[in-house]
Amino acid sequence: MIRFIVVRLLQTIPVVWIIITATFFMIRFVPGGPFTAERAVSPEILRNLEAHYGMNKPLYKQYLDYCGSVLKGDFGPSFKYPTRSVNEIIGEKLPVSIELGLISLAVALAIGLPLGVLAAVKRNTWIDYLCSSFALLGVCIPTFVMGPLLILVFAIHLGWFNASGWYTPVDRVLPSLTLGLVYAAYVARLTRGGMLEVLSQDYIRTARAKGASELRVIMKHSLRGGLTPVVSFLGPAIAGIVTGSFVIETIFQIPGIGREFVNSAFNRDYTLVLGTVVLFAGFLIVMNLVVDVVQVWLNPRLKFE
Amino acid sequence: MIRRSWRAAAILIPFAFLAGCGKTPEVTDTAAAGTAHIPQVYRYGNSAEPQDLDSQVVTGIPENHVLQALAAGLASPDPKDSHAIPDLAKSWDISPDGLTYTFHLRENLEWSDGSPITTDDFLLAWKRLISPKMASEYAYMIYNYVVGAEEYYNGKITDFSKVGFSAPDAHTLVVKLKSPTPFLINMIAGHYSWNPLPIKTLLKFGALDERSTPWTRLGNYVGAGPFMLKEWIPQERLVAVRNPHYWDAARVKLDEVDFIPTEDISAEERMFRAGQLDKTQEIPTSKIDTYKKDHPELLHIDPYLGIYFYRINVSRPPMGDKRIRKALALGIDRESIIKNVARGGQVPAYSMSPPDDAGYNEGARITGTLDDARKLLAEAGYPGGKGLPPIQVLYNTSANNKQIAEAIQEMWRSNLGVESELQNEEWKVYLDDQHHHNYQVERSGWVADYADPNVFLEIYESTNGNNDTTWASPEYDRVFHEAMAAPNNAVRYEKYHRLDQILVDECPVIPIYFYTRPYLMSTRVKGIWPNPLDIHPFQDIYLEN
Repeated sequence: MIRFIVVRLLQTIPVVWIIITATFFMIRFVPGGPFTAERAVSPEILRNLEAHYGMNKPLYKQYLDYCGSVLKGDFGPSFKYPTRSVNEIIGEKLPVSIELGLISLAVALAIGLPLGVLAAVKRNTWIDYLCSSFALLGVCIPTFVMGPLLILVFAIHLGWFNASGWYTPVDRVLPSLTLGLVYAAYVARLTRGGMLEVLSQDYIRTARAKGASELRVIMKHSLRGGLTPVVSFLGPAIAGIVTGSFVIETIFQIPGIGREFVNSAFNRDYTLVLGTVVLFAGFLIVMNLVVDVVQVWLNPRLKFE
Repeated sequence: MIRRSWRAAAILIPFAFLAGCGKTPEVTDTAAAGTAHIPQVYRYGNSAEPQDLDSQVVTGIPENHVLQALAAGLASPDPKDSHAIPDLAKSWDISPDGLTYTFHLRENLEWSDGSPITTDDFLLAWKRLISPKMASEYAYMIYNYVVGAEEYYNGKITDFSKVGFSAPDAHTLVVKLKSPTPFLINMIAGHYSWNPLPIKTLLKFGALDERSTPWTRLGNYVGAGPFMLKEWIPQERLVAVRNPHYWDAARVKLDEVDFIPTEDISAEERMFRAGQLDKTQEIPTSKIDTYKKDHPELLHIDPYLGIYFYRINVSRPPMGDKRIRKALALGIDRESIIKNVARGGQVPAYSMSPPDDAGYNEGARITGTLDDARKLLAEAGYPGGKGLPPIQVLYNTSANNKQIAEAIQEMWRSNLGVESELQNEEWKVYLDDQHHHNYQVERSGWVADYADPNVFLEIYESTNGNNDTTWASPEYDRVFHEAMAAPNNAVRYEKYHRLDQILVDECPVIPIYFYTRPYLMSTRVKGIWPNPLDIHPFQDIYLEN
C-alpha cells in the first residue's frame, strides 16, 4: 500500500507542473492585466508598476522565477492586495472554506445516507418515492435559489440568524444547510442505487436465510458494499466542497477561498489565480488518491495495483 | 468482517467531529455593553474589501470610504455640498497670480499614536507620491500641477528641493504650481492622494519609496483621521474606533464604524433587512420600486457626480462622419431609458458636464428632433439608415448595461432605421479593448474624484490617456489649455462653455444620463446630507437611539 501511495504521489508532480505552466501562460494571455483600470494608468506610471512586480522581464524569465519560488513554497505577493502574500491569503481563507465544507458534508451525509438506505429498503413504496422526490428536488434547486430562500425565511422573517456574515457559530447554520442539502440529494441517490445493487446479492440472501435480523442485514452486511458509489463520489466532492463554493460564499458573504479563487481571475491577480488553482488541483489529486485507498479498504475484491 | 464494517463508519465519524468544531469570534453586540451609554456603532456596507490602507497605493471607492475615517488631509469636503473646508490646515492663502498656495497648519496636530504631525510628514509624503520607484497610480495628481514634479518623476531632476514644495516654518507649507489650478483645493479635499503620511512609522517598515510594506497592517497603521484602526479581518470587517488624537475629536459622535465588505448587492440588501447594516452602498434596481412603495423612508436617491455615456471610436468607419454620430445622439430617448430601464431617478444628460458642478453649468446641450437626426443620416448618405452597416455596441457585462443597450438598439432601429449589434465583455477585457481602441461604440462611465468641471472635460484633450475615442480637435486642445491657464473661474468656465459646445457639435461621445446614488439607510442614522461626491464625513454622522 505504501508503495502504491508513493508512486501515485510521484505521479502528481508532473501533473501539478503541467497545471502551473498551463495556468501561468493562459492567465497572461487573457486580455487586460492587474493594472488595467477604468482610469487609464499613464505609460510612465505603468512602466514603474511593472518594474515593481518584475513584469518588465521576458515572460519565460517570469515563469522560471515563479517556478523557482513555488519550489520554495512561496506563491508570491498578491497584486490586488499589495501588502499580503498569496500564502497568507490562502492561510486565512482556506480554513474558513474547510470549516464550511466539512459541516456541509456532515449535513449531506446525515441526511443523505439514511434517506438513501430507507429508499432502497422500502423500494417502490411511498417512502421510497418521498425520499427520491427529495433527492430530485435537492439536485434541481440551485444553491443561489435555496440560499436566499432560507435567508428570507429564517433570517429576515423569523430573525433567528444573520442574513450574511461569518461572525458567530450560528452563522454556520444557513450556509452549510444550503450547501449540504444539494450534496445530501446526491448522496441519497447514490446510496439508494448502491444499496439496491447489494441487497440483490446472494450473500444478503444467505444472511437472511441464516436468520439475521433486517437491521443486521442492512447495517452489517449491505451498507459497506452499498457505500462504494458514495465513496467514489465523495473524493472529488470533498475536494470541491472544502476548496470553497463561490456561490455560497457570495450569497452569505463568507470570507472563504472560493470567492478569492473566482475574484482573482476577474482582478487578474496572477499570483493569486495560480496559488488557488494549484491548491485546488492538489486537493483534487490527494482526495482521488484517498478515495482509491478507501475503496480497496472497503471492497475486498480490489487490490493495490 | 465486523472490523471492515467499522471501517466504513470510521470514514464518517471524523466529519461528525469536525462539524462540531468552529472558531467562535467575538460578537459585536451593541446592546450587550450596558444600558447607561449605548455605544454608537455605525455599520456600513462598503461594497468591497479594501485593497490596502496606503493612500498612495489604493485607487478604489471602498478604500476612499475607509480613508475618510482613518486619514485626513489639509482640507476635507463639506458634508452638505462637498466644497473644500479646512481640516489639518486651518486656512490657506492663494497668491494673486494663482500660482502659489500657502497652507497654515493647525497647532499640535497628532497622529493616532500621539506623535506630532510635522511638515515633513507632508513634504516626504509628496516626495514619495512622485518617486518613480513607488509607482503610485495617482502620481499625476501632483506631477500634472506642481512645478518640477513631472521632471522629478521622469528622472530629469533628482533633487526634490527643486520641486515646488517647501515648508518655511513648522506650521506652513508652500506649494508652487505650473499654472493656476483653481480646483486644487477641491482636489486636495476630495481625494486622498495629497494626504500626509506618518513618515516615522512608514520608515520602520522599509524605505520611503518602497511600495507594499506592511506599515498599513493592523497594529502598525497610524492615521490622522477622526477614527483609528482597531480590527481588520479581510472580507469580514474592518473596525474603526474614535481617535482621541484627532484635532477635531469633539465633533466626532460615533464610537465605532464597522466597514462590512458587501460585494453582492442582493446580499447587502438582505443584510440591511435583517438589521445587520445601517447603510448600504447600493440597492438592486429591481428593488427600487418596492422600497418606493413600501418603505420610502429607507430609500435614498442622492445626486452623484458622474455620467453614463456612449463613447465612439471615430477611426472606425463610418463613425468618422460627425453627422452620423450626431444622428445617433439625437435618436436616443433619455427620459424613457431613465423611467423604464435605469429607474434610479437619474438625470437625462444632454452634455458631458453635469449640472451645478462646483458652480458650473454646461455651456451647450444636444438639441434637435428625430427629423433632424434622420436628415443628418440622409446627408451622410444613409437615408432611413439604408446602407449603414450594423453598429457594433460594446458594453461590460451587467444587467443594467444590457437593458440600456437593448433599449438604445430599439430606439435607433425604430427612430432612425439604424441596426446595431450588441456585444458584452468581462470588465477587464472590455477595458483592454477600450484602451486599445478595439471597438466601434461602447458604453462608458466617468465619476468625479473631486468637484470641478475639469474632471469631465480634460479627458477629451487629444493626448489625455482617458480619451480613448481617437477623436482629436486642435481647437478643443487649444481652448482647454487656455482654460488651464485662466486666472480665475469666470474666465475658465467661459472656456469650458466652448468645450461643451465643441463636444455637442462633434459628438465623439454621446451623453445618456447623470448618475444618482440609490441606497438604503436606517432612519436612526443622522448627519448625512446628499452631496455630489457621495462623501459623507464620519465626523458628522450619529445614531438616534
